[in-house]
Amino acid sequence: MGATDDSLSFGEHKLDSRLIMGTGGATNLSVLERALVASGTELTTVAMRRADAEGGSGVLELLRRLGIRLLPNTAGCRTAAEAVLTAQLAREALETDLVKLEVHADDRTLLPDPLETLEATERLVADGFTVLVYTNDDPVLALRLEEAGCAAVMPLGAPIGTGLGIRNPHNIELIVSRAGVPVILDAGIGTASDAALAMELGCDAVLLATAVTRAEDPERMASAMRHAVTAGRLARGAGRVPQRFWAQASSPPR
Amino acid sequence: MQVQINGEWRDFPDDSTVAQLVREVGIPERGVAVALNGEVVRRGQWTETVVARGARIDILTAVQGG
Repeated sequence: MGATDDSLSFGEHKLDSRLIMGTGGATNLSVLERALVASGTELTTVAMRRADAEGGSGVLELLRRLGIRLLPNTAGCRTAAEAVLTAQLAREALETDLVKLEVHADDRTLLPDPLETLEATERLVADGFTVLVYTNDDPVLALRLEEAGCAAVMPLGAPIGTGLGIRNPHNIELIVSRAGVPVILDAGIGTASDAALAMELGCDAVLLATAVTRAEDPERMASAMRHAVTAGRLARGAGRVPQRFWAQASSPPR
Repeated sequence: MQVQINGEWRDFPDDSTVAQLVREVGIPERGVAVALNGEVVRRGQWTETVVARGARIDILTAVQGG
């Protein structure tokens, strides 16, 4: 809660927290609730699945009670057509134009399929969606997605759920350096230092789930992530010292 | 008539509407959306949309994920 406005905007949506959470992987809703509160998040993903007579998982009621906005995703979709239909169903069910577009190429890597992702972005933008698009850490593709009209690009740090951190920081910097839309580091975050690094590299926000929900103590890790994102953002704004090969005394010479 | 709902074939009276099907299968109406043969049926159209024999209906809701 700084005195100055440092909010993040895409489309008509404005966020004060730069940590976007996922809800997957939590062992139960009370664990998830404590983690979400500790994270300070204002926007959180949900997946779309077939409903049954049981009435869903209760995650919607939880997020509404906590006043956290919904970011439906298209996880599980393999083609642009599937992703577009899933997004349209999410908009109808949840009354939001926001969508986290993800089109996975295969189950082992869960890497985004770039061609289907680009096509789905074009179609969803034409249909009036605010598209936050999960993408490879590919600086060229990020530009193409921006040209297609996405509201934010979400490059991965590493494959979903791996906790491997940011495998190609230079690519993330390249994406940030040319992006005209917010860049949200999505996937691969393992621990707080990864989230801080994402922000230090210039990302506008971080999206993570597994690192918190599958941590031994999700609530404590959520708090760590909240602080890491804030710290990384501050450090980026503060302007770090250049890295030097040789030592430079920080005390006056005798 | 037979209609495929969420992947499962079920029997419904002829000329049932989407609204009647949703009620019949007992799925809570809040926070769900319906696709008929791969096209979204807006909530406002549920009572007017008649489902044909052999149609494919998908009813989706939000769950933990991402």
